[in-house]
Amino acid sequence: MRLNDLLIPKKTAIIKKWFALAIDTYPADTAKFLKSQKDPFANPVGRTIYRGLEALFDELLKGMDIENITSHLDPIIRIRAVQNFSPSRAIRFIFFLKTAINKSLGKEIFQEQLIKDWQLFESKIDELSLIAFNLYTQCKEKLFELKANEIKNRTFKAFERAGLVSEIPAEAPNLEPINHITKEASDDV
Amino acid sequence: MSDVPTPEELLSSIEPKPSATGWMDTPVEIKKGMYCYASNPKSVEYVGLPYPRQWNPKDDDWQLPENWQEIISKGFRERLDRFRSVKIFMDICVRCGACADKCHFFIGSGDPKNMPVLRAELLRSVYRNDFTTVGKIIGSIGKNFKKVIGARELTLDVLKEWWYYLFQCSECRRCSVFCPYGIYTAEITIFGRELLNLIGLNIDWVATPVSNCYRTGNHLGIQPHAYKDMMDFFTDDIEDITGVRVDPSFNRKGAEILFITPSGDVFADPGTFTCMGYMMLFHFLQEKYGFDITWSTYASEGGNFGFFTSHETMKRLNAKMYAEAKRLGVKWILGGECGHMWRIVHQYMDTMNGPADFLEEPVSPITGTKFENAKATKMVHIAEFMADLIKHDKLDLDPSRNDHLRVTYHDSCNTSRVMGLLEEPRYVIENVCNNFYEMPVNCIREQTFCCGSGSGLNAGENMELRMQGGLPRANAVKYVHEKHDVNMLACICAIDRAALTTSMEYWVPEVEVTGLTEMVSNALILPGERERDMNLRSEELPGMEGDDAE
Repeated sequence: MRLNDLLIPKKTAIIKKWFALAIDTYPADTAKFLKSQKDPFANPVGRTIYRGLEALFDELLKGMDIENITSHLDPIIRIRAVQNFSPSRAIRFIFFLKTAINKSLGKEIFQEQLIKDWQLFESKIDELSLIAFNLYTQCKEKLFELKANEIKNRTFKAFERAGLVSEIPAEAPNLEPINHITKEASDDV
Repeated sequence: MSDVPTPEELLSSIEPKPSATGWMDTPVEIKKGMYCYASNPKSVEYVGLPYPRQWNPKDDDWQLPENWQEIISKGFRERLDRFRSVKIFMDICVRCGACADKCHFFIGSGDPKNMPVLRAELLRSVYRNDFTTVGKIIGSIGKNFKKVIGARELTLDVLKEWWYYLFQCSECRRCSVFCPYGIYTAEITIFGRELLNLIGLNIDWVATPVSNCYRTGNHLGIQPHAYKDMMDFFTDDIEDITGVRVDPSFNRKGAEILFITPSGDVFADPGTFTCMGYMMLFHFLQEKYGFDITWSTYASEGGNFGFFTSHETMKRLNAKMYAEAKRLGVKWILGGECGHMWRIVHQYMDTMNGPADFLEEPVSPITGTKFENAKATKMVHIAEFMADLIKHDKLDLDPSRNDHLRVTYHDSCNTSRVMGLLEEPRYVIENVCNNFYEMPVNCIREQTFCCGSGSGLNAGENMELRMQGGLPRANAVKYVHEKHDVNMLACICAIDRAALTTSMEYWVPEVEVTGLTEMVSNALILPGERERDMNLRSEELPGMEGDDAE
């Protein structure tokens, strides 16, 4: 027996537990809403997290396709990177999969002597957290870039308004070559 | 395995989960990225608002006037007597929760104090304590009983909580759509911010535009010559793109119509392309039908950040538009693509600065359509004006020039929820492009989601807040992008154009943002124009590249 043979039948229960633990990182009143509202447009946070966890779980069962994992993890991290979480709190939900599986299948994993499989699976979860760390950092960098660009554009406009900016014209000026080397170079062209 | 700590236990030692206290017992924590900088004292002083000073929201000491509680209390009383609506909104909420999950800031942030009911409760709790008989009686029995009736004293912490959360509301009014009592929650924010202004607690993104607008006529502080300079640049660009030189007129007395638009259209991309769109549209109408319109370098702002300060400040800034209309002797005003300008014109103008009896009831000089809806304010929205022109077949349009665009439409909160301008922009879009896709029904029209940066919150320092608030809108855009390959988000508000551009870059980078009139003028065939191979952004039109060479 392999670990996947235990995990697949319990998939729904594990994801539900994982989702519940992830949502409990929000204040209680908010968590209630995030769990119960099923409309993805009324509740983008809850539904994005649920859909993402579901897809991530499938990927973990299959193997570790980094591209797929990143595409499923990105929407969740993108949201949590702008919410009022510390970095550790923002990505801690990944580790809660360990708890969710332990709660559902802890005994069976032990009885079936699948500890080795489980260790391998755990290391996949750890890898997931590292991808999340990359994504979180990228999102934060993007936020800083957006802040900087807004300021930069505004400042440029102010300079432009004050007539302090002279754009490079579309056509280059027709200048005499300034020395022999330049002349040769331009002749080559 | 039981001795091994769970991930929750391990992580709790790094950072424990906040205790699940009730909202009254959860103190406010002012977080970076969530608030805007305090107002520049010069800006506050210039418009004669009280208590200008340097202060920092992160400091413990906000440099408040000594008797700040007395000032707030007096201000609260005055407004309860003056605005019946406020009094009613304080009294009638039954806390049914219908509004709770409708706010984009709550949906995006997950902070319960952004539930509209709870945000209003921050003020109501003080109202119950200080201004209701029950509150006074219960309070006299003992402090502990106050909480039972949801009352509390106005302390410094409460004040800070007011400031923090009242500037996390964009006054978009979505919550009010769902309130069975029709409580205008945005008005509670307006009222709360007005109280904060009594003790000099504004944000700079509001205070400085207000002061600029009071001095130069626009939020950016652009003086008349610079305003005209920018328009000259646009004139050159339009000539490069179309081969036609437009000739807008400024401050011209005796013109039939005065055009007013947000200054963001003149100075902030992608609004500038919308501005070029207006210029081309007016040129077309002038050439074909003798349309007679002037711009003003004095009433050079449609937006009105006074609205986010106090009723009096809003009135002052709104008055300049009508003063200019009177000075120039125009018949009526045509208004550009703006959000809260229209809320103010539609809801407040006539009471504040009306009647505008020196103007005439607007009639389109081209179609003869009487805009009866603008009877009181004498101001017509460019979307309804253009829709009327298209309906009467007065524009020469080639929608195929927009074929590379797959467009969705963001209803701006103010024009949709406050004015009911729902069909006209859609009618215009459907006539100037061939690929239009709606977002899901609970994200458009009256239920539209705010861009996340309205009511003066479009600053840079609160980017996390803006992205949280922008999430529900972006989430719906992402859906139509994935389903229909949508690549352009159209809107009719200057704040939207600026804010959604940044929001899209974070959430759905494949989607750009456009104004309505930009799309119209890309499709508009100007008399005498050369074959168009570029759009107003000077980007090559797909399928038209290299036509010059042939």
